[in-house]
Amino acid sequence: MSTDAIIWPQLQTESRPITERLHEWVTTVDHKRLGVLYVLYAMFFLIVAGIEATIIRIQLIRPHNDFVSPQVFNRLFTMHGTTMIFFVIMPVLFGFANYLVPLMIGARDMAFPRLNAFSFWMTAFGGLLLYFSYVGASGLYGAGNAPDVGWFAYAPLTSKTFSIGNSTDYWTLSLLVSGVGSIGTAINLIATILCMRCPGMTLGRMPLLAWLNLTMGALVILAVSPLTAAQIMLLIDRHLGGHFFDTQAGGSAVIWMHFFWVFGHPEVYVLVIPAFAFASEIIPVFSRKAIFGYAAMVAATVSIAFVSMSVWAHHMFTVGMSSGANIFFVLSTMAIAVPTGIKIFNWLATIWGGKLRLQTPMLFCIAFLFQFLIAGLTGVTLGAAPFNWQLGNSYYVVAHFHYVIVGGILFTLFGAFYYWFPKVSGRMYNETLGQVHFWLFLIGFHLTFDFMHVPGILGMPRRIYTYEPGRGWDIWNLIVTIGVFFQAAGILVFVFNLVWSFFRGKVAGSDPWDAWTLEWSATSPPPVYNYAVIPTVRSRRPLWDIKHPEDPDWRYE
Amino acid sequence: MSRGSHTKWLRALLVFCAPASVLAEPASHVASPTSIFAPASTPAQSIFGLSMFVLAVVGGVFVVVFPLLAYSVVKFRDRHNDDHSEPPQIYGSNQVELAWIVVPILIVVGLFLATAHVIASIQNVTPPSGSTEVVVIGHQYWWEYRYPDLKIVTANELHVPVSDPAHPTPTFLTLLSADTDHSFWVPRLAGKTDLIPNHPNRMWIDPHEAGLFLGQCAQYCGTQHAKMLLRVYVQPREEFERWVRDQRQPANASSASSGISSGKRVFESTACTNCHTISGTAANGRFGPDLTHLMSRDTIAAGAAPNTPENLRLWIRNPDAIKPGSKMPAMGLSDQDVNALTAFLETLH
Amino acid sequence: MYCLIGAEVAIFAIFVVAYVFYIGKSLSGPTPKDVLHAPILFTICLLSSSLTIQLAERELVRGKTNAFVSWWLLTIALGGAFLFGTALEWRHLIFDERLTISTNLFGTTYYSLVGLHASHVTLGLVALTIVALFGLLGHVRKEHAERVAVLSLYWHFVDAVWVVVFTVVYVVGV
Ligand code: HEA
Ligand code: HEA
Ligand code: HEC
Ligand code: CUA
Ligand SMILES: [Cu+2]
Repeated sequence: MSTDAIIWPQLQTESRPITERLHEWVTTVDHKRLGVLYVLYAMFFLIVAGIEATIIRIQLIRPHNDFVSPQVFNRLFTMHGTTMIFFVIMPVLFGFANYLVPLMIGARDMAFPRLNAFSFWMTAFGGLLLYFSYVGASGLYGAGNAPDVGWFAYAPLTSKTFSIGNSTDYWTLSLLVSGVGSIGTAINLIATILCMRCPGMTLGRMPLLAWLNLTMGALVILAVSPLTAAQIMLLIDRHLGGHFFDTQAGGSAVIWMHFFWVFGHPEVYVLVIPAFAFASEIIPVFSRKAIFGYAAMVAATVSIAFVSMSVWAHHMFTVGMSSGANIFFVLSTMAIAVPTGIKIFNWLATIWGGKLRLQTPMLFCIAFLFQFLIAGLTGVTLGAAPFNWQLGNSYYVVAHFHYVIVGGILFTLFGAFYYWFPKVSGRMYNETLGQVHFWLFLIGFHLTFDFMHVPGILGMPRRIYTYEPGRGWDIWNLIVTIGVFFQAAGILVFVFNLVWSFFRGKVAGSDPWDAWTLEWSATSPPPVYNYAVIPTVRSRRPLWDIKHPEDPDWRYE
Repeated sequence: MSRGSHTKWLRALLVFCAPASVLAEPASHVASPTSIFAPASTPAQSIFGLSMFVLAVVGGVFVVVFPLLAYSVVKFRDRHNDDHSEPPQIYGSNQVELAWIVVPILIVVGLFLATAHVIASIQNVTPPSGSTEVVVIGHQYWWEYRYPDLKIVTANELHVPVSDPAHPTPTFLTLLSADTDHSFWVPRLAGKTDLIPNHPNRMWIDPHEAGLFLGQCAQYCGTQHAKMLLRVYVQPREEFERWVRDQRQPANASSASSGISSGKRVFESTACTNCHTISGTAANGRFGPDLTHLMSRDTIAAGAAPNTPENLRLWIRNPDAIKPGSKMPAMGLSDQDVNALTAFLETLH
Repeated sequence: MYCLIGAEVAIFAIFVVAYVFYIGKSLSGPTPKDVLHAPILFTICLLSSSLTIQLAERELVRGKTNAFVSWWLLTIALGGAFLFGTALEWRHLIFDERLTISTNLFGTTYYSLVGLHASHVTLGLVALTIVALFGLLGHVRKEHAERVAVLSLYWHFVDAVWVVVFTVVYVVGV
């Protein structure tokens, strides 16, 4: 497996003029470059939306604070939520999928490289469109600028009557445009995984990451399309005088909620499934054991995807559905705990009896296991409809979903960053800084999001720009806000670590982790065409087979 | 179960729950007028009972799985004096797999049955005789209350009679919206229910103790969603009936002094009348709160400020000073007019 | 292509749900009963175009490019006829019945659903026409059969959707 010795031609591109190299990046159709572009783009927006979150928290640090006006606050949480979901987590996951899937299944590129580039630029354009609202949306006429309708934009707040100017149109259009990009990427991923696997790689031998991204692709197609349809209807309402959501003409506000959450709930699993995928790759390698219950992991993922299509109305327990409907959605919501539990237990069993190397990627994944457990359990409490009548739309919900998204997804994402950084850059990151990042972020995360449950239980609704003193919320909000600064410090260390290591890190070699999947057999960074000779595999862990000829995997599968 | 045993339960259980809930344990002792763990009405109480059950169950899952995870991470971490051999490879086990499918299924079924029971007990209730009917209409940033049987219209401060559990006299609320979505949430009385245009909802409360219960709008409804506060005055029967009698009087604007009558003139000759109602005058607008008995209320602008002459004056001069983004415009009146207006409003008992 | 069609199905499904949900909910007239006349003839046109495209495809596989082009052109003509029918119907509705997209909920949902379908037909026609032009210039040969098949798959999909739309709008909805 020592391909390191060969010098690939494109390593000599360094000396060419910057404009030429830039041009190459802009016009690239290489899945790896597009992957990197996605990730960098998402990192940028992570900082932007993180700063928005910081401003939100500063405003809420004490009652009756007036750091920002109510109008600005409402725009901030709308932009924060929309950006984080659509322009941070989605693109970063697509980026990783783009980079890793072809490498892991032994392909030279995605199935449709040009569609791939098109999808990226659509997504990128969508994000820019959203932020262009700050200047474009009639702000100059005093009609407000960035959208302020919340990330699920309930009707009729989005109608022309209540949302004058164009801010809501920017929101709609940016999601429409980036939605097209997402669907394109999903189609591409599915086609790649189904048609481009290298010889010997049956579906049952694919790395779990490929399986989970396949599921994610299917979910994107089924989830984002309804959102696209709903956005088209909203545009018809706003610009052609339609009445879909116009309650004054008999339209229904509730149907928008259904349409949104038919998208919105599967969407959160679109976000979390790739995070599961990272954990499923990192945990075995750092435990030195094969994943426990591969087939069960695949089955659990697919059933999560299926069940997640039928639970959307658990976001609507308070809108006054019939008791029958409420009971149905309680059942389907809680049913998700079963396949998710299978995943947790299988990771646990993978760790069990292993030899854990507690390096940064593994640390993040271990924290993920603990945090996702807690987050899932608070999710179950929310799924008990009557309990939800108290907790819904309170800070408890905000705490629940940040616990999943930050404690679950962001943590595994950081793990994935550290794990694949050597592959992408060819250099090792700094382990000490990595661990500093981990501990800072861990402390910040728990300060912020553990304590955020409490004001929710004490009756604090979300999306309020200020609150009354004397409700027992003050101290918790103070602690929550303090935590953010630890998180920000952690992220600064992270960014510094990546940038510094990119230029100064130790050269990594092709397989620094002694790992088992195909991407570690390519050079770091891999050449444009990935593999000079398309590999052939006989098991789920081709590199294990090579390293352990005395005890290869294919004997057991 | 009595309150006391509930609290004991709560304390015992929460110690085991997720760190977040451990924190809620001291929190429930912090005096919070809006804690969901201090129920004072049947719906809130049955929710509380269910919450404790659900928290106990998920807490149970937590105390099993969390230590297991922690143990395996500590136990199986790589020691430095290791020989660098790989550990035995285990690929899975169907029996084990089956075990952790079946146990969670049983837990889920248990949770589901308890939940379904409470849903039915709260939602499928028909009003007994002796209940009070109130129509609640959400407006952007304030609440309108109509008592159709009692012929009362008021705003922002809901008055309901106390309900003796032996002889329940619950209050049933019909929830409507005049504009965007809102949500009625007074945690100690009941869970929240949304007010959605074109989609009437129902909920009910039967407060067991008199007093003032706080809450606020819990569905984002626009700029001032944060200051759309709820105040529910639960009164003993006689007191409630006295309040009803007072509300049914016409406004006693006995224009005794000249300041007051000029205030009345200002009111009637400006746009105030387009949006506000004062019975006995020409004003019958419905865009803003009914002002007929303004002085019977403790606060103005949906609880945003105490109802004092200074605040009234400030409000009329510039509503944005109290509630930026509220739907009442600054009318640009002279100081003199504002003073007269305030003096007039002061008489609306 | 199957993935894309999956996505399209989801989009149409949402529009159909909206249509069905709002049947009979308009606050003012006109109602579907008053103004809709089922466009049977044009429906036949569209559905038979599925047949002709299938025939065209078969000829191409056999390498008979001329026959292919003829069937292909016939398909386009049938699709065009359908669009023309929709245009006629809309003209009637807008100018005679005074039903526009903003008149009432029926108008909104009707024009959106039928319009969404018509825009897919239009898109399909554009693609078909491009292929036809290539065909007339003699650039479509046997080895392109696979790509042509993808396009015809799309066309079948558009037809199938029409069956649903037709049922919902002209059968269930009146
Ligand atoms: C990636 C994101 C993600 C994930 C994975 C989840 C997972 C879950 N979520 Fe969450 N959720 C969100 C993101 C996510 N959520 C977001 C963003 C919102 C708010 C949107 C908004 O309003 O802005 C939200 C809101 C939300 C609500 C609505 C709250 C409200 O607004 O009123 C509900 C209610 O049921 C809910 C429930 C659940 C459940 C039951 C799970 C389950 O999947 C969890 C399953 C996991 C476990 C249970 C743990 C492991 C299992 C075991 C160890 C087995 C044994 C356990 C048992 C038998 C109990 N979520
Ligand atoms: C991917 C999803 C995601 C992520 C990662 C986050 C991350 C965070 N969120 Fe987010 N949040 C949402 C998705 C997400 N959120 C959504 C969907 C909503 C609902 C919106 C709505 O109601 O419509 C929401 C709402 C929301 C609220 C509720 C607002 C309200 O209801 O009024 C709050 C309040 O505390 C909050 C806080 C935070 C914090 C503190 C973080 C932190 O974890 C952020 C940490 C990051 C940073 C702190 C940035 C660090 C970097 C720097 C500071 C570098 C600066 C340096 C230079 C420029 C050189 N979020
Ligand atoms: C365009 C409509 C409009 C006009 C004109 C208007 N108001 Fe208002 N008014 C409102 C609305 C809406 C509220 C509720 C604001 C809130 O709580 O967010 C309100 C609230 C009030 C309140 C507080 C009532 C309460 O119980 O909270 C007072 C007092 C009041 N208005 C007085 C006046 C006076 C006096 C004038 C004329 C000088 C006036 N209003 C003109 C719409 C209007
Ligand atoms: Cu009314 Cu929020
Ligand atoms: Cu959900």
